[in-house]
Amino acid sequence: MPVVMDADRIGRSLMRIAHEILERNRGIENLALVGIRARGVPLAARLAANLQAAGGAAVPIGTLDITLYRDDLMKHQVGPQPILRRTDIPFSLDGKIIILVDDVLYTGRTIRAALDALIDFGRPSAIQLVALVDRGHRELPIRADYVGRNVPTSRQQTVQVHLAETDGHDEVEVHDMEVAP
Amino acid sequence: MTELTRLRSRHLLGITDLAPDEIELILNTAEAMKEIGTRTIKKVPALRGRTVVNLFFEASTRTRLSFELAEKRLSADTMGITAVGSSVSKGETLADTARTLEAMSPDLIVIRHASSGAPHLLARICKAGIVNAGDGSHEHPTQALLDALTIRERKGRLAGLKVAIIGDLLHSRVLRSNVLLLTRMGAEVRACGPATLIPQGLTSFGVHVTTSIDEAVTGADVVMMLRVQHERMHGLFLPSVREYFTLFGLTPKRLERAASDVIVMHPGPMNRGVEIDSAVADGPWSVILDQVANGVAVRMAVLYLLAGEDVT
Repeated sequence: MPVVMDADRIGRSLMRIAHEILERNRGIENLALVGIRARGVPLAARLAANLQAAGGAAVPIGTLDITLYRDDLMKHQVGPQPILRRTDIPFSLDGKIIILVDDVLYTGRTIRAALDALIDFGRPSAIQLVALVDRGHRELPIRADYVGRNVPTSRQQTVQVHLAETDGHDEVEVHDMEVAP
Repeated sequence: MTELTRLRSRHLLGITDLAPDEIELILNTAEAMKEIGTRTIKKVPALRGRTVVNLFFEASTRTRLSFELAEKRLSADTMGITAVGSSVSKGETLADTARTLEAMSPDLIVIRHASSGAPHLLARICKAGIVNAGDGSHEHPTQALLDALTIRERKGRLAGLKVAIIGDLLHSRVLRSNVLLLTRMGAEVRACGPATLIPQGLTSFGVHVTTSIDEAVTGADVVMMLRVQHERMHGLFLPSVREYFTLFGLTPKRLERAASDVIVMHPGPMNRGVEIDSAVADGPWSVILDQVANGVAVRMAVLYLLAGEDVT
């Protein structure tokens, strides 16, 4: 299976993205990170460490579960319904620049749900999106502000992100979906 | 082993139908739901466009309000029917009421009824998912689930805990659902009440039954008090309220025999000075108000998990 990002490339991408965030927002002030469960959470934590190293200050970090904001609650006859996990945003979003972090940007529906959820928590001055991988095929007018790598894919493929914190090692792979016999 | 993501039935009729992994799923989901109650905007769109009917044929304040709040926090559309002021008071049968409701195609029906088995009847007639909010002296599954959530929060586990359930055992659906849930999850249950209020066959559920409150409380990690249900007593069960309090009322003195970190629970409404001393109800042991808050979270979890099922 083709590996499109290895550990080294993931690490360098996250460092570059941290610098881009600082450059675009002219510093670290007023920034806060929110990771989307599951793999946006460790990515947000790594970005927070990078931002602290480069910007010299700690950035508040939160965790978002978007299960209750999905638009496909009734459409899971085949796949399993996602398990609801805890959302934990221990700071006010009002007036902050929220850096929303997810592993793969695909249809954009997860991000649509995350935006709805964030707005329920307060009124940030801006929301910017980080995606480790952008695989295309958007179904909504959503784009990422910071991308680790653009990976052209077909809809018949799946993108699997492995992270040390959740899966034991860092790697991004593209698989061909098994066709049902 | 893959983690369970949905309930096996589209109804919640009783704890008796739930396997341990389903109980875990509901409690874990409820734990995540609790956070919503701490937000400024206490509402998520999960059940937007779904219709939930609350059929309360029996007096209920906290359970009805708790379900209503849970439904609203999930953005469901809700309708309430109480026995007074509806067609029920005009002599309509439960089955006919159910068929009438069915024609309005609700997604879920929450039912409280004085007759044991009423939710099961609805489940046979209706396409909607049925949630039992208390049926007669039979089951009250969401109460047992919120009790379990409260215990797990305080003790970190259910297995191995010593739980004393004290009071009117005979008429209590809370007892039945709690016994089923707690024994299924590996807790040790002692039940205590006056001999006239002990149902037959309770020991066959793996419960230690006693008429001595001191024996029941000794070493207990959790003491759960049950309300004396005067409205269900159509005979001579108790000589007097005062005698009941003397023999079975929970006082600070009696609690000294329990584990040092014992918690005291009560499903409400409390009869102060009948089954529980005010000093206990308002004391440091009491988690009674936690139970109320957890009730909303557990009901959100149940409604969410049932609505996610394929209801066609």
